[in-house]
Amino acid sequence: MTKYTSVSIPLTLHKRLEKIIAKKTGFKSVSDYVTYVLREVVAMHELKDTPEPFTSTDLDEIKARLQALGYL
Amino acid sequence: MTNAPHGGKLVQIKQTAKDSPSLEGFKANQKLEVSRETATVVANIANGIFSPLEGFMGENDYLNVLEHMRLENDLPWTIPILLFGSHDHHFGAGDDLLLVDEAKNPVALMEYEGDFNISRQEYASKVFGTEDKAHPGVAKVFAGNERAISGKLKAVVKPEHGEYADYTLSPKETRILFSEKGWSTVVAFQTRNAPHINHEYLQKSALALVDGLFINPVLGKKKAGDFKDGVILSTYRAIMANYYPKSSVVMSVLHYEMQYAGPKEAIMHAIMRKNFGCTHIIIGRDHAGVGNFYGPYAAQEIFKEFPDIGITPLFFKEFYYCKRCAGIASEKTCPHGEEDKLSFSGTKLRKMFADGELPPKEFMRPEVSQAILKFDKPFVE
Repeated sequence: MTKYTSVSIPLTLHKRLEKIIAKKTGFKSVSDYVTYVLREVVAMHELKDTPEPFTSTDLDEIKARLQALGYL
Repeated sequence: MTNAPHGGKLVQIKQTAKDSPSLEGFKANQKLEVSRETATVVANIANGIFSPLEGFMGENDYLNVLEHMRLENDLPWTIPILLFGSHDHHFGAGDDLLLVDEAKNPVALMEYEGDFNISRQEYASKVFGTEDKAHPGVAKVFAGNERAISGKLKAVVKPEHGEYADYTLSPKETRILFSEKGWSTVVAFQTRNAPHINHEYLQKSALALVDGLFINPVLGKKKAGDFKDGVILSTYRAIMANYYPKSSVVMSVLHYEMQYAGPKEAIMHAIMRKNFGCTHIIIGRDHAGVGNFYGPYAAQEIFKEFPDIGITPLFFKEFYYCKRCAGIASEKTCPHGEEDKLSFSGTKLRKMFADGELPPKEFMRPEVSQAILKFDKPFVE
């Protein structure tokens, strides 16, 4: 099951976030809000570091099949 | 560059022939029979459709999916991928198990990790949002086993897709296809239906926003009243040949058993299409729903909970032919009422086809209707 840890953020930022959350954003807590935003940021970074999942040999073989099937 | 696979790596399990030495190493009593649907799941894990899964879930992933809609590593995931078995075995951690089909043909070699009990009630209420056995997914859970076996696949027998082989592409193949076509943005369309005019407008509206459209009909076990696999494929071939530009639309099929889990399944549909390399997915009205179990747009709402899903959902209201507008409209663009919508219930449509009648061209392209009429029994019974 998911375990949790604490991250320190400035108290002033925490207060600003509390004000945002109070405006019916659907978030239950500052922690929920921060988790949501960080997941979005992390996913963006992970996307940048992903190579194509095929080799040049795959490419030739697969292109030949796609051509034979009329896809290319 | 196509969209990154879920979790950053497209899983590729060694695929082999039935008599390959890669499938050896198990003892005589270490065989496990699996259903045709489970064999399909095995194939989908092996070619990366369920990336990042490399096998059947263990208890931690299972509980995390039920409670948080995420794998243990925090990646979005909403429906458990389980291998059901029984207590009656002598497997130990690290043993190699041979999964065999109902005819005792090998399906895969899996390294056994452990097993655990599930609560059918908990599974049903958390995945389907109901314990009502009138829901086909719930009925299946209650009819099944409560013991789940986890393990990683080591080698998989290359599946044969028979008459659908030429329409079956793996994620690696679709990624190369999209790339060769020069598409950097691709929208997926999930379907288990023959195309109506409203589907065509949905697809074409989405295509206007991206480089390519990937039509990906689901073939496999479905509920009574759904179109049969051959009908779906045949009708899409008919509509694509007559009304779709070849340069920006492709189709391949997905072998998968529908769960009818509505919003939770919409997320899984998105993850699978992300693994095919799609950057977008169309989510319309009552996506993956059944009966009145889910709100009409619940499958759109759930995406708000996944800022990190890594594929962009395109939300649309339902399209239909409006008699007063004299054209295709949607709930968003048309002010008229239900009485002006041209619509047919599934029952009415089935009766029309049984009587050899064609629905009006404003509802379904004549080429599609003709393709359906070529089948004696186009619907699952």
